[in-house]
Amino acid sequence: MSKKIHVTCTINAKEAEFLCEPRQSLLEVLRDDLRLTGAKEGCNNGNCGACNVILDGRLVNSCIVMAAEVEGSKVETIEGVADAKGLHPLQKCFLEGAALQCGICTPGFILAAKALIAKTPEPSDHDCRLWLAGNLCRCTGYDKIIGAVQEAAKLCAAK
Amino acid sequence: MKDIEYAAPKTVAEAVAILQDKGDKARVLAGGTDLIVQVREHRRDLDVMVDIKKIPDVMAIAFDARKGLSVGAAVPCYQIYEHPEIIKHYPGLVDSASLVGGIQIQSRASLGGNLCNASPAGDTIPSLIALEGVCVIAGPKGMREVAVESFCVSPGKNVLERGEFLVALKFPAPKANTGTAYLRFIPRNEMDIAVVGAGVSVTLDASKTKCIAARVSLAAVAPRPLLVAEAASSLINGTLTEAHLDKAAAAARDAAKPISDMRGDAEYRKHLVGVLVKRAITIALERARG
Repeated sequence: MSKKIHVTCTINAKEAEFLCEPRQSLLEVLRDDLRLTGAKEGCNNGNCGACNVILDGRLVNSCIVMAAEVEGSKVETIEGVADAKGLHPLQKCFLEGAALQCGICTPGFILAAKALIAKTPEPSDHDCRLWLAGNLCRCTGYDKIIGAVQEAAKLCAAK
Repeated sequence: MKDIEYAAPKTVAEAVAILQDKGDKARVLAGGTDLIVQVREHRRDLDVMVDIKKIPDVMAIAFDARKGLSVGAAVPCYQIYEHPEIIKHYPGLVDSASLVGGIQIQSRASLGGNLCNASPAGDTIPSLIALEGVCVIAGPKGMREVAVESFCVSPGKNVLERGEFLVALKFPAPKANTGTAYLRFIPRNEMDIAVVGAGVSVTLDASKTKCIAARVSLAAVAPRPLLVAEAASSLINGTLTEAHLDKAAAAARDAAKPISDMRGDAEYRKHLVGVLVKRAITIALERARG
């Protein structure tokens, strides 16, 4: 077996280090080794967005990032979205707006939406649909998700 | 994924040495949006991924109004469509970079990776060709340059030899009264593989009425992306009336040699070529007129 690689990075604003096999994706290390199981494995080929994390400020599919690549990087996962004061407006609006059923796609949608709102504070319906095209939901349809994102954007803007 | 090694060389020379040593069993890792999936799905048998993103040259964008533009091979798409000088002078690149995958893919995928993957349907390649892109290649014998239209050989195959890799893509300095554009057809609104893609560059004379230079490139209608000289020559010296555009569209249709597959049959694709070429020229013209 290939020699393990030592990686130092920041995960959810905390210093983190891990040993990974060179063949492991970031998603595998997050879930299997670091026990951050919020990011989900959906398609495992970069189509569905269930594994989304924010890497150095940019939304990525963690299934198509090699774990060894994140040396020195900042990673934000769904586990870092809520803070001590409570849920993030996106999380609240997804719950209140019933924008999920099985929930597998939800962490990815919330991180994708967080990246959207950071860039476009008042996203239109079209902005949301275009930005979230890389996130697939097979339960609810997208209308409630778009509604929750727009509602959360308003709450974030009002803060 | 099978057991592999990961290498992250910091210099061009180190990367060349690994690629030379491992040959076909090594592959450059840029954004990984194609490569990681290919290795995981056993479509590519590797011993080592060579992550080139620690090499400064492959992550740099350099623009000079007289020398032109250089884009490092692994620069992610978002850095291209967010770059003020590229937006201003090379809009065809912005069109292409904005169409590669979704937002997540654009955070990682690169022009260099899209080109080296050598898909006949690669969304950035017609723009690279239309904008007279040149590949800057490093290898055991030093550096060499290859025009983008000569880079792809057949589906998945390019001209890179053992030990070589793509460092950057170079584009000529912006020319006055020039517009570029890329359009593709997909049956969805986003996130799909081109049924046909068309990249166009048009340069007008000082009065902005006569075409003095043009380039037309097509994707997904042949084993590799095409430069269609006949379509361009039917525009050059013309005043770009509807008839000139129709002639260019007809020349492009003639040059297209598509196959029929799940995305569209050959006849449909040929029809699309004419429609997209005409529309892309129209957009490029609007941009050239400013």
